[in-house]
Amino acid sequence: MSKRIDVKDLNVYYSKFLAVEGVNINIAAKSVTAFIGPSGCGKSTFLRTLNRMHEVIPGGRVEGEVLLDGDNLYEPGVDPVNVRSQIGMVFQRPNPFPTMSIRDNVLAGVKLNGKKISRSDADALVEGSLRGANLWNEVKDRLDKPGSGLSGGQQQRLCIARTIAVKPDVILMDEPCSALDPISTLAIEDLINELKNDYTVVIVTHNMQQAARVSDKTAFFNIAGTGKPGKLIEYNETATIFSNPAEKATEDYVSGRFG
Amino acid sequence: MTTNALKSSGPSAGRAGDKIFSGAALGAGVLILLTLFAVAVFLFIQALPTFTADPAEISGGAGFFSYILPIVIGTVIAALIALAIATPIGIAVALFISHYAPRRIAGPLGYLIDLLAAIPSVIYGAWGYLVLAPALVPGYQWLAENLGFIPIFGGPASQTGKTMLTAGIVLAVMVLPIITSLSREIFLQTPKLHEEAALALGATRWEMISTAVLPFARPGIISAVMLGLGRALGETMAVALVLSTGGLIPSLIQSGNQTIAAEIALNFPEAFGLRLAELIAAGLVLFVITLIVNMIARAIIARHKEFSGAN
Ligand SMILES: Nc1ncnc2c1ncn2[C@@H]1O[C@H](COP(=O)(O)OP(=O)(O)OP(=O)(O)O)[C@@H](O)[C@H]1O
Ligand SMILES: [Mg+2]
Repeated sequence: MSKRIDVKDLNVYYSKFLAVEGVNINIAAKSVTAFIGPSGCGKSTFLRTLNRMHEVIPGGRVEGEVLLDGDNLYEPGVDPVNVRSQIGMVFQRPNPFPTMSIRDNVLAGVKLNGKKISRSDADALVEGSLRGANLWNEVKDRLDKPGSGLSGGQQQRLCIARTIAVKPDVILMDEPCSALDPISTLAIEDLINELKNDYTVVIVTHNMQQAARVSDKTAFFNIAGTGKPGKLIEYNETATIFSNPAEKATEDYVSGRFG
Repeated sequence: MTTNALKSSGPSAGRAGDKIFSGAALGAGVLILLTLFAVAVFLFIQALPTFTADPAEISGGAGFFSYILPIVIGTVIAALIALAIATPIGIAVALFISHYAPRRIAGPLGYLIDLLAAIPSVIYGAWGYLVLAPALVPGYQWLAENLGFIPIFGGPASQTGKTMLTAGIVLAVMVLPIITSLSREIFLQTPKLHEEAALALGATRWEMISTAVLPFARPGIISAVMLGLGRALGETMAVALVLSTGGLIPSLIQSGNQTIAAEIALNFPEAFGLRLAELIAAGLVLFVITLIVNMIARAIIARHKEFSGAN
C-alpha cells in the first residue's frame, strides 16, 4: 500500500528558533519526490516532520498539518509510534543495530509492537525484504553475522530492507547515498525506482543528477540568510525544475550559480 | 646509496609525545600487575602457616577448609542478596534518569546518586544497625510464620533484626549508587543514531530501550555489576555492625552466618601467630574469589564481542 501526503502551512521549530516556515506541498502516492537546496535550509528538519521524528529532538515542535491520505498526523490523540510504523525512514548514515545479526536487523521493526511471527514467515520476510533491497545475494550465506560487519553501502541497503520489512506506506530517505561509493549509489537509485511501484518515496539529496535520475517531482528549499527560516521556494515536475524553473533562485541553484 | 626522503632524521616533537605516552601507559599497566602480584605473594607467604599447621590447631579444630567454607558461603550469600536487589533497581533508576526523567529532574537526581556512592560504609552500617534492623523485625516475623517452610525464611525470626538478609539489604543500598551511576553513564552513550533507528521503525520508548539501549549497554552493565559485587564482597564495617554472627545456617532471618571481610575485621585486632595467619588466609581466599568472578564476567563480555557494537 502507499499513501499520499499533503502538508498545510507547516512551521517547524527548535525551541524558539523557527527553522522552516510556511510549507505547503502535495506529494502523490507511488511517486518519488526529491528535496534539494543548500545546506542548512531545513530539508532534513522538514523531512523529519513527515513521520514525527522531529519531536524526538528536545524542543522540537511544529505548527500546521501533515495529512496522510487525509488523516492529520499531528491531531491530538495520534500516537507518533503508529505514525512511524506507517512512514519509515532511512538515515544519512547507515545505522543497522550493531548488537543484532543481519537477519535480526531485518526483523527488528516487525518484532516490535509485540508481534510474534512463525519461523517460516520470518524466513520468507527476511528473504523478501533483502531481495527488495537488492542485498539478498550478497548476504544470504551470512544472515547470522553482525549487521555492522557489512560495507557501508550494504549496511544502507540493510537499513532499507529493515524499513520495507514493516511494509510502510511511505519511505523517507535523508541523503541515503551521501556516505556511499558510486556503485552502491547506483544500486540504491535502482532500488528507489523499484520501490516507487509499491511505496511513496521522499528523498533528500545534494546530488542534482541523482534528483534528476530518480525523482518525478522536485522541491527546492532555500534560506534567506543565517538565522532566517528555510522556505519551500518551488515545487514542480523534476524536468521543469531542472530545465525551466519559475524562480530565479531555483535556476541559480540547479545551474550551480548559487552563493 | 639511495636516501629515502620519507625517513626523516631526528625525532620530531610528535614522536617524542608518542613515546612518552606509550611508555607511561605501559608503566601504568605493569604497575597494576606488579601491585596485584605483590598482594598475592604477601597474602600467600603470611598465610602459609595455616596450610602447614596441624588441623586441630585451626579455629574450629577441624582444619582450614571447614573453617573457611561456612564464611565463604556467607560471603557469597550476602553479595548475592545485595546484587539481586541492587541490579534491577540500579538499572531501572539509571534508565529513568537517562531516558525518562525530564532534564530538570535528571541532573540533580544523578548528582544525588553520585553523592550516595561517597558516603562512608560505617554510616551505612550504623543506619542498618539503628534503623533498618529494628524496622525489619515485624517483616521477618511475618516471613517466618507464613513462608517458614522455605528454608531461607525458617523461624524463629531474629528479635533484633541483625540477620543476613538485613546485611544483604544494607549492602544493596551501598552498591546501588555504583551500579546506577555507571549504568546511567553507559545508557547516555548509546548512539542517537541507533535510538532514532528504533524509533523510526515504530518503537515505543520501552521498545527503543530494549532494542537499542540495553543491548548496547550490556557489557557496561556487567562491568557495573562487577564493581558493585567487588564492594559487596569486600565490605567489612557495614556487615560487622549489622550482622549478629554465628555458624552457617540456611535461614536468612535468624542471627548467624558470617562473611570473610567481617570475620577479618572483627578478629584482626586481637589476632597473632596462627590466628593471624588464618585471617590472612581467609583474605587470600577472598582475593581468589574476586579474581574468579571477574574472569567469569570478562568471559561473558568476550563471548558477545562480535555483536558488541564496538566495530
Ligand atoms: N538539533 C537541532 N537543534 C537546533 N537547531 C537545529 C538542530 N538541527 C538543525 N538545526 C537548525 O535547523 C536549520 C535546518 O537544519 P537542517 O539540518 O534541516 O538543514 P539541511 O537542509 O538538512 O542541511 P544539510 O543539507 O546540510 O543536511 C539549521 O539552521 C540548523 O542549524
Ligand atoms: Mg540534512
